[in-house]
Amino acid sequence: MSFKLITIIVIVLGVLAVSQLVRLYELSSKLRNRREEDVTNRDNKLNANLLLAFMIFFYAGFIYLMTEYGWTGRGDAASIHGETTDWLLNLNFIIIIAVFFLTNTLLFGFAWKYVRKPGVKAYFYPHDNKLELIWTVVPAIVLAVIIILGLKTWNGITGDSAKEAIRIELFSKQFDWTARYSGEDNVLGKYDYKLTTAENELALLTEATLDSAIRYMEFGKADSTVLGIKLLENKLNNPKNIFIPEDRIKMETDLDRKTRLLRLLYQMKARHNAKLDASAYDDILQKDTLHLLKGKEYEISFRAKDVIHSAYFPHLRSQINTVPGQVTRLKVTPTISTKEMRVRKNNPNFNYVLMCNKICGSAHYKMKMIVVIDSPQQYNAWLKSKTTFKDDYLKPVAVATDSTVVASAVVDSTKLGM
Amino acid sequence: MSAITHDTHGHHDAHDHHDHHEETFISKYIFSQDHKMIGKQFLITAVFMGLVAMLLSLLFRIQLAWPGESSDFLSLFLGETWAPGGILKENMYLGLVTIHGTIMVFFLLTGGLSGTFSNLLIPLQLGARDMASGFLNMVSYWLFAVSSVIMLVSLFIETGPAMAGWTIYPPLSALPQAVEGSGLGMTLWLVSMTLFIAGSLIGSLNYIVTVLNLRTKGMSMTRMPLTIWAFFVTAILGVLSFPVLLSAAVLLMMDRLAGTSFYLSDIIVGGEMLENHGGSPLLYQHLFWFLGHPEVYIVLLPALGLSSEIISTNARKPIFGYRAMIGSILAIGFLSFIVWGHHMFVTGMNPFLGSVFVFTTLLIAIPSAVKVFNYLTTLWRGSIVFTPAMLFAIGLVSTFITGGVTGIILADSALDIAVHDTYFVVAHFHIVMGMSAVFGMFAGVYHWFPKMYGRMMNTRLGYAHFWVTIVGAYGVFFPMHFVGLAGAPRRYYDYSVYNEFDTNTYEMMLDLNVIITVFAIIAAIGQIIFLFNFFYSIYRGPVAVQNPWKSNTLEWTTPVEHVHGNWPGALPVVHRWPYDYSKPGAEEDYILQTVPLAEGEEEH
Repeated sequence: MSFKLITIIVIVLGVLAVSQLVRLYELSSKLRNRREEDVTNRDNKLNANLLLAFMIFFYAGFIYLMTEYGWTGRGDAASIHGETTDWLLNLNFIIIIAVFFLTNTLLFGFAWKYVRKPGVKAYFYPHDNKLELIWTVVPAIVLAVIIILGLKTWNGITGDSAKEAIRIELFSKQFDWTARYSGEDNVLGKYDYKLTTAENELALLTEATLDSAIRYMEFGKADSTVLGIKLLENKLNNPKNIFIPEDRIKMETDLDRKTRLLRLLYQMKARHNAKLDASAYDDILQKDTLHLLKGKEYEISFRAKDVIHSAYFPHLRSQINTVPGQVTRLKVTPTISTKEMRVRKNNPNFNYVLMCNKICGSAHYKMKMIVVIDSPQQYNAWLKSKTTFKDDYLKPVAVATDSTVVASAVVDSTKLGM
Repeated sequence: MSAITHDTHGHHDAHDHHDHHEETFISKYIFSQDHKMIGKQFLITAVFMGLVAMLLSLLFRIQLAWPGESSDFLSLFLGETWAPGGILKENMYLGLVTIHGTIMVFFLLTGGLSGTFSNLLIPLQLGARDMASGFLNMVSYWLFAVSSVIMLVSLFIETGPAMAGWTIYPPLSALPQAVEGSGLGMTLWLVSMTLFIAGSLIGSLNYIVTVLNLRTKGMSMTRMPLTIWAFFVTAILGVLSFPVLLSAAVLLMMDRLAGTSFYLSDIIVGGEMLENHGGSPLLYQHLFWFLGHPEVYIVLLPALGLSSEIISTNARKPIFGYRAMIGSILAIGFLSFIVWGHHMFVTGMNPFLGSVFVFTTLLIAIPSAVKVFNYLTTLWRGSIVFTPAMLFAIGLVSTFITGGVTGIILADSALDIAVHDTYFVVAHFHIVMGMSAVFGMFAGVYHWFPKMYGRMMNTRLGYAHFWVTIVGAYGVFFPMHFVGLAGAPRRYYDYSVYNEFDTNTYEMMLDLNVIITVFAIIAAIGQIIFLFNFFYSIYRGPVAVQNPWKSNTLEWTTPVEHVHGNWPGALPVVHRWPYDYSKPGAEEDYILQTVPLAEGEEEH
């Protein structure tokens, strides 16, 4: 408290001191018959010199930052298109840094040089068509070059990927990523968000997931943390139950919503083609770490469960937003394995990363996935350790440790029977 | 129109009888319909909002430089609710960032620049008695004031202010389950912005009508000062683009309250499966940026207009290429409507559409370059007087260049991929839009203070303010380029995540963040000099003379004491353009616009 008191006293005294100084300055100006708008030659010269000094300080700071931190703090680009964009970025940087130095130097230089001098009148120079034409046409030509090179690169990056590209999907939600590999058939299984259950977080579409989603909608969670339609109806229709109006309205809304969603699920079931299940069953799900194979082209599609996220691979120079209700995509070919990059960066603990780069809620800053770029041997070893969606989903959980798993195991046992 | 003339006649009669026009405190200072007073109201409100936004930025800058460390400063302002133990809460960090951005862009830079100076200068520089509609002008200010209050109130509610970033992208902004600020805080944000937009529209329509209809005799469009051209085009941009933001906000409001699905589709949030299907979050982004990009120029053009006037006056030279300057203002205004997609290169928008926006965006660099070179040539062989206003105007040209060139990287979609939404972007727009516009605003305040308050601001304090501000602000935003190039995403509460995969980069970010925050604190303290100077000079500054800067434009022909109707006698008649500085053959180095051409004199 005393600290705050002292701060306040210092501030008050400071303001008083400044106002006294200003008074003093004004009185002395009055004595010398100097008006506030008359800038003395001394002040004028001082500011002109300061502008020049500032320019030098500014440039020195820029050069210091450049030498200290470089212009790509992310290190070398680790993808084919990243090498192209880094080259283009460097070219653009050379152009804009040249313009930056040229125009800032002219600005501060002129300001310094043409400060008012006694007896020198300004030069009346309202316009010059030739000059104006030059500085319209020259930037236009430079920009044309930038545009052409930029668009050529952009078209290459965003174009279709090769047929044999490996298809994977990244699923984003608050606040983590899940990868889905398309498996042996290189086809990602279909999905629908309405199929989401605790055991099927990615909402993949198969006969069994459809049935389990319908059951879930009808009967809710076994531990009654989520009420199904049947239980809601029972509760609401039971004359013995008395609810406060808010609760009743809430339950009724919930019931209506679930009834409509259930209808959609039944429609989906009626149209379902069970032949497509295979493409979903061989998919491989992977959390925490994304394994990519060096030198292979990837066609990655993206989904979002709740809000917009952005998949940002700073080292691969790739980025695309993930949008609820819409699939986005990018293609990328990694060129440097994690091991090689660790040597280049001289950091044995370095890893590639996938970060979320669109504000998505409180833990936005922690939403990341480590990316490992493997050599074929490492990649195959990892792949062998993985199970498919079929293995994970159709096998009932044998050992249940916590309550949620117990609950889901009950639902699981119904899945196979239907 | 007839009502206005009638009103001013009545006033003249009173004046002739040495009997002062009776105005109550309320009609003079609160519900004033006089454009000069409304301009001052806008200025003071905007400055206050700007201070709040600056304080918010200090709060989150402290967190970024010293993450997780307890701070007395934070606990003083945020208390135990939002900064338990002096450590900022994650959600409040997002809230601070969101409200900082909103206030700075809309309340300080739009209200403070266009609101203040369009009101003050349009009638004065055109030779009009007042705005076309004084009443609507008053309404425009009061809508602005009420929206400011609502925005501030949203900082104090239990669930906190809006937390979805100043662009409030749905679904985050539509779903309270996703972040608590999307509850009442977001509703207040939308209500506040709705009022703001209404006020801004009324104001803009008024500016346009005034410029088109109330120019005095001889004031043709090509004799208008560049300030007026800038305000005029700004107002047109506002009229065409703000309603689109309103429509975006209304649709968002309906998604939030009425269960529609404009922006929502296939969402599961907080364990609840929503029914919304078929909406597109990209629709919101298109609508938002259709305003959002012209908004950049709504902020920037007035600053450029003010600096054109100030640079010309204080270099004692005509602005170089007057017609080219008008042309570039019009070109920038037009192009600003067809470039919005460059904010959306990586949102999942069709890449072909992206390439069209690359093309249009890079075109804007041409009129911008023309403006810069014209400023440089205006300084060339001038006789420069460094008033504080002139220093800020020169600072503006520097920041316009420095921030402008990095725009070329960001406008190039292929290059944008790797730096999109990183600190590189934050650096870019804070320098080119934030610093330039704030410098333009300061330049305007120093230059037209004598016109607003009839007194002079202290020059020496002005110098001190300028030097602290330019060093501090460049010190904040220049290093951010390097943080961004290292890949640091914006709107991160801290960068501890880097510890898990790249410790070297983490150290670098931490180093730079400390430097940035120290400069931010210096720059913020520097603004105290301005505040002191501003308020002290309103009451105690030396009384101004009629034309302190020896300027040509009409506002300097009005008496120092404000009169309702601006000119006590007949309206001035204009005979020449406003930039006859140091004209050969003339006695003085300036010729007022009201001076008829001498025999054989060419217009220019």
